[in-house]
Amino acid sequence: MTAGARSPGPVIIEAEHVTKTFITPDGQALPVLDGISFALREGEIVALLGKSGAGKSTLLRCIAGLIAPSAGTVTYRDTPLTGANPGVAMVFQSFALLPWLTVQQNVELSLQARNVPEAERRERALKAIDLIGLDGFEGAYPKELSGGMRQRVGFARGLVVEPDALLMDEPFSALDVLTAENLRSELVGLWEGHDAPVKSILIVTHNIEEAVLLADRVLVLSSNPGSLQAELAVELPRPRDRTDPAFEALVDTVYGILTGREAAVQAAAAPTVPALATPGDLPLPEASVGGLAGLLEILLARGGEDGLAEIADDLNFEIDDLLPLVDATVLLGLATVADARIAITEEGREFTAADILTSKEHFARLAATRAPLVRAIVQGLVATEDGTLREGLFLDLLRRGFSAEQARNQLETAIGWGRYGELFDYNRDDGRLLLEPGARTLLQSSAEPSGSGPEFPGGSGSGGGC
Amino acid sequence: MAGEGGFPSRAVLRRPALRWVDVLVAAALLGLLYGLLRLAPALNAPFLPDTAPSFVSTDPSNLPYYAVRSLTRMFAALIPSVLFTFVYAIAAARLRRAEKVLLPVLDILQSVPVLGFLSVTVTAFINLFPGSALGLECASVFAIFTAMAWNMTFAFYYSLISQPQELDEAARVMRLTKWQRFWRLDVPGGMIPLVWNGMMSFGGAWFFLAASESISVLNRTYALPGMGSYAAAAIARGDLGKVGIAIGVMMVLVIGVNALFWRPMVAWSERFRVEESEAAEHPRSVVLDTLRRSSVPERLGRPLRPVGRALDRWTRPFGPAEHPLFRPQKRERTGDVFFAGALAALVIFGAWKALAYVQDTAGLAEFGHAFAVGAATFGRVVVLLVVATLVWVPVGVWIGMNPRVSRFAQPVVQVLASFPANFLFPFATAFFVLAGIPLNAGAIVLMALGAQWYILFNVIAGASSIPSDLREAMTLFRVGGRLRWRKFILPAIFPYYVTGGITAAGGAWNASIVGEIVEYGHHHLTATGLGAYIAQATGTGDFPRILIGVTVMSVYVVAANRLLWRRLYRLAETRYAL
Repeated sequence: MTAGARSPGPVIIEAEHVTKTFITPDGQALPVLDGISFALREGEIVALLGKSGAGKSTLLRCIAGLIAPSAGTVTYRDTPLTGANPGVAMVFQSFALLPWLTVQQNVELSLQARNVPEAERRERALKAIDLIGLDGFEGAYPKELSGGMRQRVGFARGLVVEPDALLMDEPFSALDVLTAENLRSELVGLWEGHDAPVKSILIVTHNIEEAVLLADRVLVLSSNPGSLQAELAVELPRPRDRTDPAFEALVDTVYGILTGREAAVQAAAAPTVPALATPGDLPLPEASVGGLAGLLEILLARGGEDGLAEIADDLNFEIDDLLPLVDATVLLGLATVADARIAITEEGREFTAADILTSKEHFARLAATRAPLVRAIVQGLVATEDGTLREGLFLDLLRRGFSAEQARNQLETAIGWGRYGELFDYNRDDGRLLLEPGARTLLQSSAEPSGSGPEFPGGSGSGGGC
Repeated sequence: MAGEGGFPSRAVLRRPALRWVDVLVAAALLGLLYGLLRLAPALNAPFLPDTAPSFVSTDPSNLPYYAVRSLTRMFAALIPSVLFTFVYAIAAARLRRAEKVLLPVLDILQSVPVLGFLSVTVTAFINLFPGSALGLECASVFAIFTAMAWNMTFAFYYSLISQPQELDEAARVMRLTKWQRFWRLDVPGGMIPLVWNGMMSFGGAWFFLAASESISVLNRTYALPGMGSYAAAAIARGDLGKVGIAIGVMMVLVIGVNALFWRPMVAWSERFRVEESEAAEHPRSVVLDTLRRSSVPERLGRPLRPVGRALDRWTRPFGPAEHPLFRPQKRERTGDVFFAGALAALVIFGAWKALAYVQDTAGLAEFGHAFAVGAATFGRVVVLLVVATLVWVPVGVWIGMNPRVSRFAQPVVQVLASFPANFLFPFATAFFVLAGIPLNAGAIVLMALGAQWYILFNVIAGASSIPSDLREAMTLFRVGGRLRWRKFILPAIFPYYVTGGITAAGGAWNASIVGEIVEYGHHHLTATGLGAYIAQATGTGDFPRILIGVTVMSVYVVAANRLLWRRLYRLAETRYAL
């Protein structure tokens, strides 16, 4: 077990100031990736880690030459890409196997595309199938295989062309925990034994432990828009031990990086001067009330405080599942986060202990004062005579800072919260929001009236990088 | 590639030399080949427009031959339909500018009454093959083609644009060539909708076969040997017995083609199902099982493999199925402007020429007349839909909710839907004559003979797809009577009903062209309507009035689709999709 069995060699793929901007329907530019630069070298495994919405899959597709960056360049061996990257193979989250071809035909297909003669094609395909532990399944169709076996076919299809770089897009996240663990360790085994005919691996993941387990370098992307937030070198020898204190320390560090910035923004904006934070500054975490309450109950059962990594580990949560809940509890003041540890607040204890009606009242008060979008909707509805507004108004305003899909998700989350707190209802048929009778008094008693309509920022999105 | 991955030599040794399935399949192939060879000279029979027969012989001993001729025409139309589907759908899905034109064109083509154009196409094809019956053959095949192609093209186009994103990305990262991508991803991915819609369109096309084999154009009646012209001849003589025989043979044809061709195709296409959409029950076919058990397909396929390899090699220079990442925006926009400008100029010029032509001949006021008679036909279509809905929705729900009944009834209804209703017209007409019913009312029945089954068919499909736990829940909560219909059954079948309604309305409009003027023996019945208007114009070769009639009918159909059906469709998709 020697650390750094391969030393990073020449650059294979280089991304320089890659920026990806999508144009919203009303012509606003919406940044998804913001000036990302990095290089993938021979002999290393690099993990791209980030929350959902950090644009990691977008970045991977820029590198694969499947989509064009809006600005910046991607080069393969010093040649700028003009189409699909000729030196890479890709492993997909959903396997992306052709269901009408057998295992062997699927593996041979990428060789056929490269015009490899038939005899050599068969030989190389069988070799790759053997290497990945699929011998005996050559004639099977993908639908006859379990998820783990299907992803093995995905690996074999990637390895058989002996690519310079193997790109993997969350390759283990569609598998159950045990299968994923098994496949991960086999991948490490192939890599360490120099059996895998690839020169480098770039893996996109939202699983922190997976990133630390596999990679030589972990690139952490921040969200909205995705930019390079931190780069960590992992110098532990492989195979790595999850219980190693150094491993745990690294995982905690990543948790700290991922929760740190959001917590700082919220601490600055939310609790003290609620009137100033706007829906654009402080997007609602996409969390359901049920999930949020569940997290608080678990926290209470664990004595009111615990490390995020421990909770995620015990619940088998990946960060995409956990962090929106954590962000939501922090936003509502039900919990606080510091140093990758979450602690329940007095408010949170009251919310959890109360009976259902009282806890709904608690929630309504917190959401209407601390969640900027919910507050904006309630204020807007109160300001009208009949207490109804079209959803289009809020969607239009949200689109200044979000993509159409994100804006929709924001509104859906706000509707879920508003309905639970009985602040307002929503009629899906005509797309109207209706004020609930209780909300008017609630707003007047808890917050001083501030201006007339909802307040939104003019600019785009949630501030710059870190 | 099916035989790869083992040891072929051993497999060959282990297989018995010839088994009964092999003999059976080989004999069937031989018979098919013989039939085609016998048929070939007849297709090119000498033909002079002035001496050509107006009616074929009604001797029943000719029926097997006529059946084969008709069947050949149907399959001869299926092949260009598939080719057209591939080319048109790929162009619409992959070429950004072409899509803007091709899709609306297809939309219109679907709504245009094909039968109205027969006179134009017959004249054109006769001139294309002077002195040979091949021209008339081609005109008939073309009419059938227009009944098949649009639906299949739409289905394949939708499968192309709804391809899973990761499969598209996988194909591009693997750098498949255009040819490889088409055969490995595009065609297999669209196989299920293609086969299903092919089957449905084929069923609908029997109607056009019957209508196009014997047709009055330019004051002359042309007849090709076939089932449709046999029935037409029998009808002209008022011989109901022979019409009955023709109906029997037609039944055998429809059922036979379903059992021997479409059923195996549907069962075979199951292998192209992406597992996310697992079907509840797998269609099976005895014919396909027999074919699979025999070694004939493999023996036939082996010599073709080098051809496939060669094609793969020759198409390589066309490059990978990839579009450039960066497009020069300025050039792109200039191209767009040029393209749109040229297109607009062409369309305006064409429309202006057409209007000028109408102005010079029939006069633009004729449009007003056509719209007025169109209203009568529109009224018939509405009455037909309302009555068919009131009758067939309860029946369809009853059938669909009784699995035992629907297993037996569904294939029957499918045959009824594809049976050419024009064979039944003489019986209805005879009844109208006897009972003294004017065709103005009777035409509704004639149009309904073919169109109503689409509603029944789709309602059965909808009712049988209601999840059983939902039905059990409704029964447990004692939701019954009117409430059950209003809150549960009708919303659940609504999306299926809408599909059936669109198809039935389209079928009714087309049927009006043959249903609003009928001849039976020496009786000539005519109704006031757009269908009769078009049919009369076709019979006398009055091109301006054909143009007016077809245009007005297209306007009616497109307007109804836009204003009613499309809205219902959206409602069905967003609210009532189970």
